[in-house]
Amino acid sequence: MAERVVITGMGIVCPLGHDVETFWRAILAGKSGVARTTIFDASTFPTTFDAEVKNYDFTKFTKNPKLHQHSDRGSAFVLGAAAQACRQAGIAVETAEPADGIDRNRLGIYLGAGEGSVDNDVFFGAILEAWDAQKNQMDWGRWAQVAFGRMDPMRELEQEPNMPAAHLAVFTGARGPTRSCLTACAASTQSVGEAMAMIRKGDADVMIAGGAHSMIHPLGITGFNRLTALSTRNDSPQTASRPFTASRDGFVIGEGAAVLILESLSSAKKRGVKIIAEMIGYGSSSDAFRITDMHEEGRGAIQAMTAALADAGLSYKDVDYINTHGTSTAENDSIETKAIKAVFKEKAKGTPASSVKSMLGHLIGAAGAAELITCVLAIRDSIVPPTMNLNDPDPALDLDYVPNKPRKMPVNIAMNESFGFGGQNDVVIVRKWE
Amino acid sequence: MRSHRVVITGFGAISPLGLTAGKMWASLCEGKSGISRITAFDPAGFTCKIAGQVPEYRIQDNVPRSHRKAVKLMSRDIELSVIAANEALVHAGLVTKGIDPEKVNIEPQRVGVNLGAGLISCDMVELAPAVAASVTDGAFDIHKWGKEGLELVTPLWLLKYLPNMLACHVGIIHDIQGPSNTITCAEASGHLAIAEAAQTIARGDSDIALAGGAEAKVNPIVLIRQCLIKRATTQGNDEPAAACRPFDAGATGSVFGEAAGVVILENREHAESRGAKIYAEVVGLGQSNNINPAYERLEPDGKGVRIAIEKAMAEAQISPDELDLIVPHGTGIPADDLAEAQAIRAALGETTAKIPVWPTKSMLSNTGAAAGAVDVIAAVCAIRDGKIPAAKNCDRKAEDCDLNIATEPREMKIRYAMSISYTYGGQTAAVVLKRPS
Repeated sequence: MAERVVITGMGIVCPLGHDVETFWRAILAGKSGVARTTIFDASTFPTTFDAEVKNYDFTKFTKNPKLHQHSDRGSAFVLGAAAQACRQAGIAVETAEPADGIDRNRLGIYLGAGEGSVDNDVFFGAILEAWDAQKNQMDWGRWAQVAFGRMDPMRELEQEPNMPAAHLAVFTGARGPTRSCLTACAASTQSVGEAMAMIRKGDADVMIAGGAHSMIHPLGITGFNRLTALSTRNDSPQTASRPFTASRDGFVIGEGAAVLILESLSSAKKRGVKIIAEMIGYGSSSDAFRITDMHEEGRGAIQAMTAALADAGLSYKDVDYINTHGTSTAENDSIETKAIKAVFKEKAKGTPASSVKSMLGHLIGAAGAAELITCVLAIRDSIVPPTMNLNDPDPALDLDYVPNKPRKMPVNIAMNESFGFGGQNDVVIVRKWE
Repeated sequence: MRSHRVVITGFGAISPLGLTAGKMWASLCEGKSGISRITAFDPAGFTCKIAGQVPEYRIQDNVPRSHRKAVKLMSRDIELSVIAANEALVHAGLVTKGIDPEKVNIEPQRVGVNLGAGLISCDMVELAPAVAASVTDGAFDIHKWGKEGLELVTPLWLLKYLPNMLACHVGIIHDIQGPSNTITCAEASGHLAIAEAAQTIARGDSDIALAGGAEAKVNPIVLIRQCLIKRATTQGNDEPAAACRPFDAGATGSVFGEAAGVVILENREHAESRGAKIYAEVVGLGQSNNINPAYERLEPDGKGVRIAIEKAMAEAQISPDELDLIVPHGTGIPADDLAEAQAIRAALGETTAKIPVWPTKSMLSNTGAAAGAVDVIAAVCAIRDGKIPAAKNCDRKAEDCDLNIATEPREMKIRYAMSISYTYGGQTAAVVLKRPS
């Protein structure tokens, strides 16, 4: 019999707060984390707003800030999120002799994490100095001279996507299986799903799982703006993320980190730690369709949902709440709706399916884990979070998106969906612990 | 929960030693070096001017007509992964939509793809005109970039650089619809992708998986980073073939390169039922962490590597004296090699002295996210042919390194082989392969 996997801790650092309860209160109050971009001067970009983590200081969460002093945004965020999650789960951090009943060789880490931000001044400056516009070529000797002179070695290293996991290893002393994945917007639903699989298989007792990402830097925003994936509703940033509306015009980029402590039921019982919810299903698939578009009928999304239900041993009829990917792009919201209808059949319209991206923005690699935390809280408090800014529903999209205000209702089982650019899809299912 | 056995039924590699896995293995057996002075750009201004570069290829010849247009969305990392994946599928006798749509013999939803990928660095030549158009008073002006420079960046630019696009292109070309992931653990990525894909099959979520990794590290940004964190050798520029010297007393650092390696992992019963040739069985996977606040270095006693090896051995349920080959990570960075040697020794004990250790990076260079995958393929070839080629550039073993470096070629039945990797940033992995019975 495979181990059952439960959630024993959660932590978040996101545009709506630097702890779980603040985040959750903001979600239930329908607050927006969106505002003008302040991380860099985006005033002339097609999109001038985003959802940023503000006034955050990771040093509050560590006794040894020096060990993490070069942290890029993702690493700094994940330290705070993991510190909270570990505290809740009773996992000792920053100690050579942890007395928490967890064998370090069986404590692992799995993050969906993105690249760090480019050191812009150096990056653009070096190109500029080395570019020969007449010859249309780079003078690599000149570039190297400038770059060697200006690049900070540690800042360059921090751009590697495995660095958030590296900081957590140092922070927690974890010696168990550790991976970092980057399946774009699906990364941290995947990391949590695979972490669950590791515990079930018996490779770890406890996994620190989740995501950390910030793509709010000039090249990231340039890339998404050129893809016309971002909303350009510059006159009304707080209403720009409006999933499932007729007037939706793209997603709103956010940043942050979210961490869940997954634990085998036997370990949680042995340690006497409070169980928050149970992880019961995971499904992964690929669209195998086009680099630029989702499959028109949502084939991959359907397969991931179906696989997660099968893994959980459930029927679609058992699901009380769907936390959608709901990005507020024309394509995603329409195809996701189709996919939900295909899987949920007669129950599609009767199953609340909301998008917290309407408030939180899209945390990219960290989105899935942040939204899974939302699912767990919905179960805990018997209340489903709303899709805000849903004032002009798209007539073609007719599910119950829980428009504009939260809904009190018992939630026993919740499904969390994430679909990555390029067609990698991941779905996880959580259940109330009783 | 029933766990399925997982075997390797095919592989493909594109590396500095040739465009196919066959060429790579033949060159390794001949002791050839794939390391030379960098030609991809003028390296004169870099402290390290050498790399492992893949010979010339035409990507158009490696994608089906249906995917030709998407070639312009491929960074070099993606191209390499696509080429190695093609070879691996054909080698395994699998026919996909991308190989021959009339004769498909796979069930797309039961095939997964899991590739390790690096941080794909952008092509600065591609961005430079946009940067040059965003200048005020001689300096880069973000206001101008937002208005004018940005417009000069091609619309789909970002898609070339998302690490998950390796798996996405491969999946689209071959119509692979099963579980898909992208592992981004730098030099441990290849092993960890193989480990995860094997577990996907073991738990029954797929029958077949393409797994491995690809990275094109011959890029000015990648190279300068490795120079800045003092991992790249600066001493070997005049004699590239002798520059990367794993476990040698004269080692001065690593040499970086580009490659892709993809293995076909398959549920053993599935492989047997279709009569596929089995090259090896994946019997042990171990993973852990190097914990070192000097994030770019392995901890001095290599503890995280030791734990990964111990876990892999425990899962394989074998004793050290059954292990006939170790392919270590062996980067040529003296302190890291020493730490790895200590880890191997600590995990395997006295027997270590008897087990041939064959590092490949002296010839293949350090190919980042591809490194573990090409090493697994090299180990599989060694098992298949009953042959361990000679290790190169380890003429005088480093003091304190008590590994049995395979400096002489030998022919022997290899019962079990282990491939090891670790990375800056800390993740460690070990994979144990078994000779098919």
